[in-house]
Amino acid sequence: MTEPDYLNSAYTLRSWFFTTDHKRIAILYFATLIGFFFIGGAAATAIRIELATPQADLVSSDTYNRLFTMHGVIMVWFFLIPSIPNTLGNFIVPLMIGARDLAFPRLNLMSWYLFIAGGSVTLFAILAGGIDTGWTFYTPFSTLYSNSYVIVAVTGIFIAGFSSILTGLNFIATVHRLRAPGLTWYRLPLFIWSLYATSVILVLATPVLAITLVLLATERFLGVGIFDPRIGGDPLLFQHLFWFYSHPAVYIMILPGMGVVNELISCFSRKPVFGYKFVAWASLAIAAVGFLVWGHHMFVSGQSLLASLVFSFMSFIVAVPSAIKVFNWTATLHKGSLRFDAPMLYALAFLGLFTIGGLTGLFLACLAFDVHATDTYFVVAHFHYIMVGGMVTAYFGGLHYWWPKITGRLYSEYWARTAAVLIFFGFNLTFFPQFVLGAEGMPRRYHVYPPEFQVWNVLSSGGATILAAAYLLPMFYLGYSLFFGRRAPANPWDAPGLEWQTPSPPPEFNFESQPVVTRAPYQYGPDFAAEPQNA
Amino acid sequence: MPKGRAFAPQYASVQHRDETAEIGMWVFLATEVLLFGGLLFAYFVYRHANPAAFAEAGRHTRIVIGTANTAILLTSSFFVACAVNALQADARRTCIAMLVSAMLLGLLFLGLKAAEYAGEYHEHLVPGVDFSYVAPLADGVELFFIFYFVATSIHAVHMVIGIAVLATLAVLLRRSASTRMRAALHSAALYWHFVDVVWIVLFALIYLPGRSGT
Ligand code: HEM
Ligand SMILES: [Cu+2]
Repeated sequence: MTEPDYLNSAYTLRSWFFTTDHKRIAILYFATLIGFFFIGGAAATAIRIELATPQADLVSSDTYNRLFTMHGVIMVWFFLIPSIPNTLGNFIVPLMIGARDLAFPRLNLMSWYLFIAGGSVTLFAILAGGIDTGWTFYTPFSTLYSNSYVIVAVTGIFIAGFSSILTGLNFIATVHRLRAPGLTWYRLPLFIWSLYATSVILVLATPVLAITLVLLATERFLGVGIFDPRIGGDPLLFQHLFWFYSHPAVYIMILPGMGVVNELISCFSRKPVFGYKFVAWASLAIAAVGFLVWGHHMFVSGQSLLASLVFSFMSFIVAVPSAIKVFNWTATLHKGSLRFDAPMLYALAFLGLFTIGGLTGLFLACLAFDVHATDTYFVVAHFHYIMVGGMVTAYFGGLHYWWPKITGRLYSEYWARTAAVLIFFGFNLTFFPQFVLGAEGMPRRYHVYPPEFQVWNVLSSGGATILAAAYLLPMFYLGYSLFFGRRAPANPWDAPGLEWQTPSPPPEFNFESQPVVTRAPYQYGPDFAAEPQNA
Repeated sequence: MPKGRAFAPQYASVQHRDETAEIGMWVFLATEVLLFGGLLFAYFVYRHANPAAFAEAGRHTRIVIGTANTAILLTSSFFVACAVNALQADARRTCIAMLVSAMLLGLLFLGLKAAEYAGEYHEHLVPGVDFSYVAPLADGVELFFIFYFVATSIHAVHMVIGIAVLATLAVLLRRSASTRMRAALHSAALYWHFVDVVWIVLFALIYLPGRSGT
């Protein structure tokens, strides 16, 4: 008869902490990331409370610097970058391509341990007093003047970087070598294409961050001048190296979300994704061109006008593949038989919020506008629309979509929809006012501001309260479903993907027999049930 | 459930497993290229800004040791390549002998490197530890030596890892020569050659400025 599912194959602590099962490692990552999301969220809460009034009433300037640094560092490196790849990706990729595991299961486990190690080191830096440089660690402040735990923090990020690299490496080898028989590249679900593009960036950009942090720590530790202008070093070189990593890294933080949204939109429109090949190649185009735009973070740094012009132009180019995706998703919705289950609500929220984030990115890519808007709340709103409105929303959408597969339980649809709507509403109330604030000239990273900005700040803080509550909701109803939810069938959404052709939760080695693929993905429609994929 | 097989369940065959491992290694090397790439980029920026100082600093490096080390590493790579060939021909003992020779050469490289560091220390050329250089170009010279030390020590860390890997393989090969070992040796060899290539690039950037024609 059937073998036990992966959750019931063994119960010891050892069977979890030394597991090489990609599904269990996904769960380990998931639990860890919840922790980091809370820590980063706590810092955000403190920031929004402080900003509710124009004066300083909660924290000093110095503490405020440490708060937003902690928020940025945790959210970027310890939540958003690993979020979808290491949880949903880890769990779903082998299932989607009909494999029994990732190519290198032990490396996968090692990446989690590296992540824990890096996270602990960085948390230590935060607990010991924090870092006051901002998540960007600009020199020479970070190397010469800052009196905070810069070296410890960057060591933690350095270690976590290797966990990213191992994940990317694992996905690349897996997608190349472990696809089920018949699963050609153009039959791959677009989630796989997105994660593949993400992995390319993880593997090629992260080492540049690693070496940059090594140079930074060397300068700070030995007191030598690598980026220090006093002895002929160049602080701009740091910015170039940092953004050479960090712009591609922002695509690490959106491509996986785009991947999830492909699955959701096609499932709940009951249609294949419109223009499959364009969407597939758009992911790779984003990954490639994303390496050529970093200078748009340095328009006011004193780089040459020619450089600024080129980077501005390239930033417009990089928006093209993103726009292709948005158009194609919209075209997929067109004349689909739409169903508004909770995952779909998240996907639609993504569509709107990501579009706003992307379009305001184009504003910022215009030199004349950026000189006005740089370092204001406009930039803060821009990237939160993409990273939170886009990626975090997609993460929640994917989590709901695959929750029955992962846990074998169904959650309350009513509460899930409520949370989705609240998140959308709370998010816009939090971040839309920040566009206005930025346009009116409120700089980022200050905790006191002129009283005329207060209205918008109060709106934003109020929205943040709703958003926080909405983010907490899933903890309850998803947690409840774990124990009391109805048992999920293998394929609750009637979806054709391979991951739905195996029981929920899947057995330890995913499939009872090797699946064979005979057709393109997303074949929703009346004939699909008649034609089982599992040979 | 596919238990009791010689290879993990996600693979269809031993060959499938070994080819996948090789892809993994190449991807890892791509990561390494970018790691050193960032460093070299910084080097070129500063060399471009301080050509005279970099030429002057380059003349303070020990080209004899550097050249000897280049020869040593190239030879060690040759031994590693021979080790791969030997294992393919099932000559396990030759293979182990080749690996041990490569390791010894690697250690010799590190020894010479340490001697070189000591020499620079005596000449007060170690930025951050003991650096004094009285000349108008001192700042640029210091930058050069910062890169020299960062780059060569990162390279040395790679050497240490490489030696440890070769040592492990040599020990394991004494027990058995499974196909798995063959794949592992193949990957280890790729890594060793890569570290060698990095050195060749570093050699040109460290020892040749100020010594070439212009
Ligand atoms: C549609 C393509 C995009 C364009 C043209 C674009 C453009 C820009 C520009 C010009 C800036 C610099 C603004 C300034 O500092 O004055 C910026 C900042 C930023 N963008 Fe985007 N962006 C795009 C997509 C994204 C995506 C997909 C993400 C994240 C997932 C993102 C995250 C960020 C972040 C985090 C910053 C601020 C970094 C900081 O200074 O702390 N952007 N963007
Ligand atoms: Cu950017």
